[in-house]
Amino acid sequence: MELTLDMICIPSEDIVARVIEDELVIVPLTAGIGDADDELYTMNETGKAIWLHLDGGTSLRTIVEELTAEFNATSEVIAEDVLGLVAELVQKKIVVVQ
Amino acid sequence: MFEKEGMMIDEAPMTYVKKINSHEFLLGHGKPTLLSQVDIELTERCNNNCIHCCINLPEDDADAESREMSTDFVKGILTEIASQGCLTVRFTGGEPLLRSDFSEIYLFTRRLGMRVILFTNARLITPELAELFARIPLGNLIEVSVYGMTSESYDRVAGCVGAYGEFRRGVELLQHYQVPFFVKGPKLRFLQDEQEEFEAWAKTIPSMEHQPPGYSMNFELRSRRDDPLKNRTITKLRATPEESVAMLSRDPLALEEMVVFCSNFIGPPGDTLFDCGAGHGCCIDSYGHAQLCLPLRDPESVVNLHDVSLKSVLEEAFPVMRQIKATNPDYLRRCARCFLKGLCEQCPAKSWMEYGTLDTPVEYFCEVAHAKARFLGLLGADEMGWEVENWRERVERPARSVEG
Ligand code: SF4
Ligand code: SF4
Repeated sequence: MELTLDMICIPSEDIVARVIEDELVIVPLTAGIGDADDELYTMNETGKAIWLHLDGGTSLRTIVEELTAEFNATSEVIAEDVLGLVAELVQKKIVVVQ
Repeated sequence: MFEKEGMMIDEAPMTYVKKINSHEFLLGHGKPTLLSQVDIELTERCNNNCIHCCINLPEDDADAESREMSTDFVKGILTEIASQGCLTVRFTGGEPLLRSDFSEIYLFTRRLGMRVILFTNARLITPELAELFARIPLGNLIEVSVYGMTSESYDRVAGCVGAYGEFRRGVELLQHYQVPFFVKGPKLRFLQDEQEEFEAWAKTIPSMEHQPPGYSMNFELRSRRDDPLKNRTITKLRATPEESVAMLSRDPLALEEMVVFCSNFIGPPGDTLFDCGAGHGCCIDSYGHAQLCLPLRDPESVVNLHDVSLKSVLEEAFPVMRQIKATNPDYLRRCARCFLKGLCEQCPAKSWMEYGTLDTPVEYFCEVAHAKARFLGLLGADEMGWEVENWRERVERPARSVEG
């Protein structure tokens, strides 16, 4: 499935997201998340900034707009990051497309 | 790769999501977590009565059961440690699966985003539990203790008729549901004939393809100093120094690790008693006491979590306890000056189990450490670890070079 900015994505119910010492840590809960059952994931700062907007009620396009207002970057650059991150998370089953 | 208030937050990323090296408990930026792992003993009761065990109480010990932490209390602790950044909880016992609320506690832990290590004898694994572990994996291998490969030997070690059949059924359930597990066992003389069979069986377990089973052989005495009769048995079952060396020489990998360890970490500790990891994490006993480490149950060094928050234990009580100095003249003459300390199992917990003080050299561990050091070529035949002045030179030499 190709991701578009009109889609709404939400963190999977099969993960737990925790902030530990300012880092976002994703803990898979059920089998089949990520590449192996014993792995944890963290995100770089860009990923974390985007993740905090993935509330399940907002389209990726709105998230890009919100981030453009918040950060010093063009909406094209931000859109590229949002789609890049979400594609990675969907592939790892950490987020699902609604 | 965008910036805020003039600050670039990332270089152009190749990937936004990183795997964490969780077994080293490092977060994404290579920082260690504050509280990487907490050990929680859910009960001291056990459905086995192993001849070498340092902790077990009878399964039906109503007094012990009535004093155990309630479900809500355990959940409160789990919530607190999760808020402190804990990533892994190890549930141990006794037999943790004896608690009827085990599944509830397990699910609660996983939903807080913590992974679980489970120590069990597998006798109480049910289809429901195995299915739960398959659906919501622990995130670590279950560690199953194995006490023999026949009902005769197993039941003899476990002191319990019919235990072997239940253990086999538990393990079969784990295999059926493809729940990964690791096996380990005590190295007892009368199990010697079964060792090959045990190791061959362990190799058939998919999650153990690349690692041999674990063994314990230098058994600890009763950790509550509650059973002199059993201590006498444990003393007889312990591997002799010679047997400990034979085990070391049998495993080249362990030998290599020990040599590397020696060249990096051994040296005289001085009068600091806790030169180990005790008190950097936390262990909680079945009744809700925070302990510096799992075997250290000296009543003066534990804190009741019913009265004090875990945060204050970690920030205030433990750092003070870790400063305790040895005062026993024998310890100061020997252990404090002994370069084998890192190779030796001598520690405040073991000293307390054996003698009821934190700073008495444990003769058994002393003999084992000296035998190993002689085997590794770190000591001559008649030398003692605390007499050696040029220990730095010795640990820097390659393995067994002193012996030639
Ligand atoms: S199964 Fe473990 S806890 Fe139970 S008696 Fe044996 S060694 Fe002790
Ligand atoms: S080898 Fe003996 S003297 Fe040295 S640390 Fe161990 S118990 Fe103490």
